[in-house]
Amino acid sequence: MSCKPMKKDESAALAQHRRTFFTQAAAGVSLMALAPGVRLVELAMANSEDSPPSNDKRWGLLVDTAKCESGCDECVSACNSEHGLSGHGRPETDAQWIRKVDLKDEQTGHELSIPILCQHCEDPPCVDVCPTGASFRRADGIVLVDKHICIGCRYCMMACPFQARSFIHEDLTGQKTHSPRGKGTVESCTLCVHRVDEDQQPACVEACRAAGHDALVFGDLEDAAGPLASLSSKTATRELRPDLKLNTGVRYTSF
Amino acid sequence: MINLDRNSIAGLIALFLTLLSSTGTAVADVVTPEVPMGRGAQCVEPIEIMRRDHFEFIKHQRDQTVYHGIRGTRHSLAGCIDCHASKGTDGEFLPINAEGQFCQTCHTYAAVKIDCFTCHATVPD
Repeated sequence: MSCKPMKKDESAALAQHRRTFFTQAAAGVSLMALAPGVRLVELAMANSEDSPPSNDKRWGLLVDTAKCESGCDECVSACNSEHGLSGHGRPETDAQWIRKVDLKDEQTGHELSIPILCQHCEDPPCVDVCPTGASFRRADGIVLVDKHICIGCRYCMMACPFQARSFIHEDLTGQKTHSPRGKGTVESCTLCVHRVDEDQQPACVEACRAAGHDALVFGDLEDAAGPLASLSSKTATRELRPDLKLNTGVRYTSF
Repeated sequence: MINLDRNSIAGLIALFLTLLSSTGTAVADVVTPEVPMGRGAQCVEPIEIMRRDHFEFIKHQRDQTVYHGIRGTRHSLAGCIDCHASKGTDGEFLPINAEGQFCQTCHTYAAVKIDCFTCHATVPD
């Protein structure tokens, strides 16, 4: 640390800075004293409309497989209409951000029906392999594609263990304002980031609740008092492919 | 050798530009495009600045939105479309990148290809 003598105007500026700091700090203390706790909660809930997401939060999803009904695809249709996904009748290449998968334990005959979507990993393989940096993980845990710099190489599609990503093969028209999509780019579940930024829940979660199943719980994994973290702390949850140590944001329970 | 400081250079450039633009306006038969403005009367920045730098604003906002979730509409592409899309005779909005519409008219005139609308919505929500 250097200790060179300050010029007079520098020292005055610093004094001014100190004064401002103490005034603001005093204001903050009095505010907290007026309404202890309340103010802090408000700050934590602050809308991110004009402020960037921080890593104080990690958005996630818990799927209760016991409540997820076989044959129901309300979440899939809600996703399709929210993001304007429409197919060409070619399931192998049509965009699919969330799909229902039926599983059967051959040994016991136990059947499961679960939604599979981007798992929003903490260490996403898609981000690791992306040559342009288009695949990225937002500070609040949402894994996205910056389609402006995606070159459509599809390495991420090969790297994703959950086959959660789709490639757009053909020209599109009629996209939604909040969900730009176009030929030559890769896309996947955005956890409805446009809704999350406005303090709303993803479309699939709302649709599941509206259908009366309530199998999807959305929330902040870091917020111990929130719906997701409090539920996860009480019940056993698991990740898909835990062997890969991806620490997914989407977890499953009751199986 | 004349020594010019920064201010006098700036002054000379300004003078040169003024001369240039006054020469430009003197030529009456330059054909400029008729741009349908939609309902946009007052833009988010002065028109001269928008004409020259609108893509810089949009690009900056784009990164703010994609990476930081900042969805204020001051410099957003959605904001441009909201204001500048025109309605057709049937009362429906016309795509802003259609021939003769706000974005396309100028880009055709300037021979600049726009790539926004392969992905982005072309009419307001």
